[in-house]
Amino acid sequence: MTEPVRRPPIINEIKTHEFAVIQVPRSRWRKLWDSGTFRKTLLLAVLVLLWELYARALGNPLLFPTFTATVGALFKSIASGEIPRAAVTTLALLFKGYTAGLVLAGLLTAVASMTRLGADILETLTAMFNPLPSIALLPLALLWFGLGEGSIIFVLIHAVLWAAALNTYTGFRSVSPTLTLVGRNYALSRAGFVLHILIPGAFPSILAGMKIGWAFAWRTLIAAELVFGVSSGKGGLGWYIYQSKNQLEIPEVFAGLLTVILFGLFVENLVFRVIEKRTVRRWGMAH
Amino acid sequence: MDTSLQQQPLLAVQGLTLQYRDGDRLFTANYRVSFDVLKADRFVVLGPSGCGKSTLLKSIGGFHKPAEGSILLRGTEVLAPGPDRAFVFQEFDQLLPWKTVRANIEFALTAGARLAPPDAAERASHFLARVGLAEFADNYPHTLSGGMKQRVAIARALAMEPAILLMDEPFAALDALTREKMQDELLQLWDEHRFTLLFVTHSIPEAIRVGNRILLLSAHPGQVRAELDSPGSDTPDADGVLLSARIHELLFGAGGSDD
Repeated sequence: MTEPVRRPPIINEIKTHEFAVIQVPRSRWRKLWDSGTFRKTLLLAVLVLLWELYARALGNPLLFPTFTATVGALFKSIASGEIPRAAVTTLALLFKGYTAGLVLAGLLTAVASMTRLGADILETLTAMFNPLPSIALLPLALLWFGLGEGSIIFVLIHAVLWAAALNTYTGFRSVSPTLTLVGRNYALSRAGFVLHILIPGAFPSILAGMKIGWAFAWRTLIAAELVFGVSSGKGGLGWYIYQSKNQLEIPEVFAGLLTVILFGLFVENLVFRVIEKRTVRRWGMAH
Repeated sequence: MDTSLQQQPLLAVQGLTLQYRDGDRLFTANYRVSFDVLKADRFVVLGPSGCGKSTLLKSIGGFHKPAEGSILLRGTEVLAPGPDRAFVFQEFDQLLPWKTVRANIEFALTAGARLAPPDAAERASHFLARVGLAEFADNYPHTLSGGMKQRVAIARALAMEPAILLMDEPFAALDALTREKMQDELLQLWDEHRFTLLFVTHSIPEAIRVGNRILLLSAHPGQVRAELDSPGSDTPDADGVLLSARIHELLFGAGGSDD
């Protein structure tokens, strides 16, 4: 058997204290590199460079225009007011559909988390409709709601509702039982419980649902516009892309796609990132 | 075994400084810490909060790169995490919730194909029996009490047969009665298996009970204040001073820290 070895004691006098925290400024480069915005901007610059180089090497503007040509077309279409008009149309529709989808998802989840039957309804409906591509409902929607905004908003709601409801509901159910007990200990009302315990507790999932819903809504809307074109006399970005393609203005097609991408980047990096920073990251619920 | 080989430290920590950065601030958790852990030692690192004991343990585990100094395990420098240093953490959530108790242990053995499944199963059963949890082998972790979860974590770490067992305040989140029982069980397991243990705690009684050698760290940043033998119980020394009183004075007394 190995026995521990006996050793004489060691005693040190500690002469210096309280230097555990010191200020050491980072180098300028390190500071830049620590900034996520900088790293991502660099990444985008590299992508743009690759695009430009590839397009130049290809030398076929009808198939793949250069970045500079695309930006040129973008500025031209912005100056002419064509892209801003299309973007406003698209965004207005998107906003209406997305908000309506989220509100309905909230209602559905509220019902689902209060009653067992509500939970059954939510589980069954999401299982049925979540896999169904919204764009597949467009022909039906056109039949029911006509050629106006109504049909597009209908398919947008379909795109947002199920993803958002499913995520929120999953989030509600994964709130820690201890927090649930804490909430009940405070004798919160049912609404207070949902507002102060369930929603913050489930916020990582809710946010994920909002992001997925947002992406689904964008794709559905652009696709719907491509298929179905002008609604009530005003064309959106999808329609702008479609028309430019018909006129073989390929840089304009790319400019339209770029606009969609830029909106995506903007919303992800500014809107959702800021929400995340102020909520789940600050609360230590996401890293 | 040759005694001179036995005297060679199993784990040698030499002039170790550990720092981490947060924006423009640089935190020094440990400053030039040196100590040797010998084979079959129950080596306890004791210190108040802010003495960097957890950072020290993480660094020995290979999770944190030293700013200065070195960590040698059997003469080889520690550069990355590895199963030769099995961890038992304070948190109850260190078991994988999606695996049963038995599967948790088996997975620790079969991951990285270090052991064939039949051998892993056999060793898992053996160590589960050793910690008295044979009946709970097919339970999921959430159905166990805190003390039982820690026992599974200890069984898992022992089954890995590491060169050194690293325990980071493993009993701190338990109630006092369970804690004492767990300390006894740990000593009993040590008696049977004679593993080498590095145990971090902030409790003086626990350090005296569990350790045969105690390293005292001062705070802000952690520096070695003293290293003492422990007889396993709070006994007076030649001057009639209780070990716990001596440790207390070394850590907080006039001769020690100025707080």
